[in-house]
Amino acid sequence: MLIKNTIASDPKSFEITTKSLYMDRRRFLQMSAGAIAGAALMPWSVQAALPKKIDGIIPSAFSTDEPTNKYDEVTSYNNFYEFGTGKSDPLDNSVNFKPRPWTIQVDGHCHKPGTLGIEDLFSQYQQEERIYRMRCVEAWSMVIPWVGVELAAILKKFEPTSKAKYVEFTTLVDEKQFPGQKYPIIPWPYIEGLRLDEAMHPLTILATGIFGEELPAQNGAPVRLVVPWKYGFKSIKSIVRIRFVEDQPTSTWMKQAPSEYGFYANVNPGVDHPRWSQAKERRIGEFFRQPTAMFNGYGEEVASLYKEMDLRKFY
Amino acid sequence: MKKLSLKPVVFLVFFSPFLWLVYGVFAGKLGANPIEYVLRDLGDWTLRFLLLGLAVSTTRRLTGWNGVMRYRRMIGLFAFFYGFLHLSVYIGVDHFFDWATIWKDIVKRPYITIGMAAFIFLIPLAVTSPKAMVRKIGPARWKKLHQLVYVIAVFGVVHFFLLVKADVREPLLYMAVLIFLLGERFYRNVSAFRRPYHS
Repeated sequence: MLIKNTIASDPKSFEITTKSLYMDRRRFLQMSAGAIAGAALMPWSVQAALPKKIDGIIPSAFSTDEPTNKYDEVTSYNNFYEFGTGKSDPLDNSVNFKPRPWTIQVDGHCHKPGTLGIEDLFSQYQQEERIYRMRCVEAWSMVIPWVGVELAAILKKFEPTSKAKYVEFTTLVDEKQFPGQKYPIIPWPYIEGLRLDEAMHPLTILATGIFGEELPAQNGAPVRLVVPWKYGFKSIKSIVRIRFVEDQPTSTWMKQAPSEYGFYANVNPGVDHPRWSQAKERRIGEFFRQPTAMFNGYGEEVASLYKEMDLRKFY
Repeated sequence: MKKLSLKPVVFLVFFSPFLWLVYGVFAGKLGANPIEYVLRDLGDWTLRFLLLGLAVSTTRRLTGWNGVMRYRRMIGLFAFFYGFLHLSVYIGVDHFFDWATIWKDIVKRPYITIGMAAFIFLIPLAVTSPKAMVRKIGPARWKKLHQLVYVIAVFGVVHFFLLVKADVREPLLYMAVLIFLLGERFYRNVSAFRRPYHS
């Protein structure tokens, strides 16, 4: 029980607030109640669509100056099988997705395992705008203005040990939020992995937003990976766990079709997928296909990571 | 008195997916990647008309409704129409006549090879669709030729099955319909063979 000793000289509560202000407060509360009731009547999709600006974003030297795709293109054409396999399913079926509260468990071979709250990500790290090309294995591409944090800065805080050779990422499993998970279309949860040096590369970010606003559900809210020189599916969405591991993780697509998907999945016009030639791509919004660049055009930055490797074998 | 023909109405119904696509293209209602949308939709309709064509004689046998046969040629020609557009969009829009890439696709990717073969087989069937052609080549040979539709339908379903990345529920549905339609024929032939002296 809280016993508060009052001193005679303390002001009484009625002395602090004037009568008019007190009445104003009542009116304010009444109006708020009305506003809340009104909001409750709004369709969920409308509420969910209210964008939340991210403050204090700085530009990045890694950004491309290519024109970005439109907001509608980036947010209505997505592969996110947790919401369904159609391209518009993620937008249509994500109304029950709740990006808050959200924590990422970080463990495995590191000295300081722990959790990373989504709020920590905003409060402790500088948010940068990174305008990257994004290339899907299905031979389409977009230019997306991500907002995010260099993954290396985050990983270092957990102090990976010398045994940590790879990093494994896991997406949430919850069929209430992810209706696509009601069917075993692919083995849930979605898992991806990077070699530690790939994860620590300055181009690799954990994205928290697009177009200066927090990530919409269909784009991987509240936090996803972005690895711009790899096919889009490597950039795992809605991350709940990051694990430092010694052995190469088996990604979901490797499990699904080992002959079609390798661990590296570097964008490579010279190595075709059984279903799609990777030589060219269609930038969403354009009519003609354009040639695909090795490492999606980020070769200068990342080619050295693979200089000893046969990328036909390690595709 | 001659019965009122429903053919113009049926024609319009079968034509409407195409009209809807044309409207969608011009109204910008086909999403962020309209080329992919159009290609897929035309492919879907090709397969649907192929199966619908096979369902005609099945329907007649199961319901005794002979009138359904009147629409078989039209259905078959619509399968060809949508198949032709599907292939045209693949060649002329998706790859913009990049023959080198298209040829590599045909040689390297079984689903393209099979899809292409299915379309090539459709051509003689479309060409011999007029009634005059039946007389010209003789009903027996005509019938034999048009049995190619079984191969085409199987190729069509396999084509769809092979191009799907992970979720095979939709191609499985088409496969189930095809198995039912072919199974009904198989069952009928076997039963006919078993009682050769009846009828």
